[in-house]
Amino acid sequence: MAHSYTPGLKVLHESKVRKDRILPLKGDVMVEAKASVTPDDIVARTHLPGNVQMLNVGNLLNIDPTDVEEVMTKAIGSKFLKGEMIAETKGLFGFFKSNVMAPIECTLESISSITGQVVLRDAPIPVEVDAYIRGTVAEVIPEEGVVIETEAVFIQGIFGIGGESRGELAVVAEGREEELTADMIKPEHAGKVLVGGSFISLAAYKKALSMKVAGVVVGGFNYVDLEEILGYTLGVAITGSEDLVTSLVLTEGYGEIRMGSRTFDLLKQHHGKFTSINGATQIRAGVIRPEIVIPLNPEDIKGDVHAVQINEGIQPGSLVRVIRAPYFGRIGTVVSLPPELQKMESETMVRVAEIKIDDKVMVIPRANLEMVETD
Amino acid sequence: MAGKKLKTILATDCGSTTTKAILIELTDQGYRLKTRGEAPTTVEAPFEDVTKGVLNAIMEVEELSGLKILDGDQIIHPMKDDNTGVDVYVSTSSAGGGLQMMVAGVVKAMTGESAERAALGAGSIVMDVLASNDGRLPHQKIERIRQLRPDMILLSGGIDGGTVSHVVELAEILAAANPKPRLGQNYKLPVIYAGNKKAQDNISETLGEITDLDLIENIRPVLEVENLGPARDKIHDLFMEHVMAQAPGYKKLMSWTDAPIMPTPGAVGSLIEMVARKENISVVGVDIGGATTDIFSVFQGQFNRTVSANLGMSYSVCNVLAEATLENVLRWVPIDIDEGTLTNRIGNKMIRPTTVPQSLEELIIEQAIAREALRLSFIQHKSFAVSLKGVQSQRTISDAFDQSGSGETLVDMMELDLLVGSGGVLSHAPRREQAMRMMVDAFVPEGITQLAVDSIFMMPQLGVMANIENAEMAEDARKAAVEVFEKDCLIRLGTCIAPIGKPKPGTVILTAEFELPGEGKKIVELKTGEIIVIPAPYQAIKAKLTPGKSMSIGKDKGEALETEIFGGTVGLILDGRGRPFELSTEKSKRIENLNKWSKATNEYPDTELLGGA
Repeated sequence: MAHSYTPGLKVLHESKVRKDRILPLKGDVMVEAKASVTPDDIVARTHLPGNVQMLNVGNLLNIDPTDVEEVMTKAIGSKFLKGEMIAETKGLFGFFKSNVMAPIECTLESISSITGQVVLRDAPIPVEVDAYIRGTVAEVIPEEGVVIETEAVFIQGIFGIGGESRGELAVVAEGREEELTADMIKPEHAGKVLVGGSFISLAAYKKALSMKVAGVVVGGFNYVDLEEILGYTLGVAITGSEDLVTSLVLTEGYGEIRMGSRTFDLLKQHHGKFTSINGATQIRAGVIRPEIVIPLNPEDIKGDVHAVQINEGIQPGSLVRVIRAPYFGRIGTVVSLPPELQKMESETMVRVAEIKIDDKVMVIPRANLEMVETD
Repeated sequence: MAGKKLKTILATDCGSTTTKAILIELTDQGYRLKTRGEAPTTVEAPFEDVTKGVLNAIMEVEELSGLKILDGDQIIHPMKDDNTGVDVYVSTSSAGGGLQMMVAGVVKAMTGESAERAALGAGSIVMDVLASNDGRLPHQKIERIRQLRPDMILLSGGIDGGTVSHVVELAEILAAANPKPRLGQNYKLPVIYAGNKKAQDNISETLGEITDLDLIENIRPVLEVENLGPARDKIHDLFMEHVMAQAPGYKKLMSWTDAPIMPTPGAVGSLIEMVARKENISVVGVDIGGATTDIFSVFQGQFNRTVSANLGMSYSVCNVLAEATLENVLRWVPIDIDEGTLTNRIGNKMIRPTTVPQSLEELIIEQAIAREALRLSFIQHKSFAVSLKGVQSQRTISDAFDQSGSGETLVDMMELDLLVGSGGVLSHAPRREQAMRMMVDAFVPEGITQLAVDSIFMMPQLGVMANIENAEMAEDARKAAVEVFEKDCLIRLGTCIAPIGKPKPGTVILTAEFELPGEGKKIVELKTGEIIVIPAPYQAIKAKLTPGKSMSIGKDKGEALETEIFGGTVGLILDGRGRPFELSTEKSKRIENLNKWSKATNEYPDTELLGGA
């Protein structure tokens, strides 16, 4: 049967979600295998080497670099408090001494006899990794971190900003076509993850920020408005490190686009549940999409999960979404996948798919289709 | 010649998304491309072995050529008989982000720039240039090094016998940062020292233990001389030994190839350099990709390469918009379009980078963005491809009014002979006229310039072929690279003839006489603001070009030029828009002109249908 490899975003009502929680460098794992964890539990901890400061003691004391080691008050490896003397000249008959104080609390790392520089290192920086989702520790990677596993609703967005966040899910839009407007955001939404329909304006998002909403999930947002939130023009879709109270997850793209019905219905079904979201997006090799994870309670797990054949690609009957103008955002069913190249209006010769959208068959380049992966 | 004659050559290029294989055969007409195959690159999970993608691409070549190349997962080489195996197998790679380097020099505009040139010339991406005078405090430099995690560092500084302390200070900063390599935790970061010879002992003392240090010849032994060769060679060696050896599957791939694997842009650059040297011409080559745009140039025998890291057509398309401004992109669009809708559309291309333009409107927008990406990349290139800075030159009284000095750009558009375009938006443009127009509008060639596009982007493979050092194969492989480049890789679009000067409206700015093959003499008058296309095949055409009084075509104003030019798939394009070229700021006039030029060059089906004019 004809098929085509097409990327797709996951919209799964029940899925085994595994999350690696790994330290940036080796450290201590704080939990044991099979332990139950909540999102705020610290699962691993380490210390990054402190920042470095360099002081040219030779220049500061007006002495030859070869003499610097002699005037240091302590040996390499010693600790200094902020303001403590680190070097002092002998002066003339014990008078007119010059000295240098430690600018920070630090350890003396090295002394150069060529340039007169000394290297001082700050105290180590503690780093902690939390569990992010509710679940169990499926695997412990000694000194590195853990893998947390949970049965959950798992939805991927197309683009997001802001890193990991969490809170109770509140679907505030009546339908997937409805815009999430500023007046719909209330003080009681602080710390919650709000779900709108097709769009959120800059003004409404700013209100969400001011109300300390944990996250917003909507269909679309205007590309130009990102600049005001981020403080720079987003040239390359690599996000996640922004310091935002309210993470934003777009399920469809830029512009006003109604949320996919399966996505909206699934979120609505889980209104009130505790949810973890992550706006981090990286569209490069090793793509990362934003995500919404809603851990399921044992009574909600039906066990009807069947492995989704991601590599099967689209086939006649597959549900697909058009991801480029002129039919952007429309959802349809694949009727056929003709093997020969076809000429588009742009005269580009491409492989196409025939798609049935609202009872009308349309010819769309396969590259402009996204599989709607459901379970 | 040395060794036996090569009959078949197999070459692959492992890109970050696709692995492309080409098969070259010796035929009655010399070396020709027999067939090509491609498959997704398999560096990342779940495969994590680059050779799987290579084998898949070769399998496609096997199917299309009928030649048996693989024996299980081994490439049969040398050739066993006429139907089994290949004589040589070579490969390039940019998978896993290519080669990422950090360079350091004492003075940013001197040794820093030389180090950057060496790294770029070797095909790497330069993540940052550290210099004693870059305005950053030591702790800021240290923080930056720790943040970036390069694949290797090139440290230079000082002329031989000069001051030692500045370059040692840079080494101390590196030592304090104690950088870790990007790939693999179990090896030390390679550092190449190519600075003041006198400082070598001190550098070894500072960096010898914590890094994998190589000491080589100074990149700038005296101010007047730049010695990039040894640094470039060392970068290639280390790329193989360290970076490639850490990437999944590369050890196996390295054992298959008959010559070292080269970084993709390094191979393309060496091919461009070779063509320029062989023909004794000035060349500009461009490869516009999804994330980056690479520009290569050879002027006055000097090779330069720049990478505009975030000017591309998909992953970084929004950055083109940010850097060029929406206004500059829109000036190439002959239709009225709502700005909000347009920015959202471009944003959607960034987050869904693999989509293709289905409608004509989408294609026009994409090609407008390409013009700006090319234009900006070329501006960056021009400011980098300069003569050595800091060189004292003797001046006579006659030079007193000449502003040229050290650090002037080498790029001279009037001197440029050949402009080669490559990358999806140029190579795969539905009409070749579109590729020609994009290049003419973005690079604004002056005088007489030949234009060409790479048919299927096989320059990397040809580049690595041209670099085989094994004496038995080198001569044939180089010959094959040149022949295939000429016959199968380059699609000659034609020649652009653009008089320079600011012409008055309505005047004739060029009278051209051509001896067209099979057609005889043709005389054409080019008026201000016009573009005329004369269909002509890729053959030598005698031409007499007489510019208007205020215009020049390479000689003095108004002076005629008799020369030989070449046609191509598009033909001869006479550009009467003047140089410098500026679009009208008046919207209706601009749209009218765009439609006029589009019609004259047969660029788009009929843009007026879109409601433009």
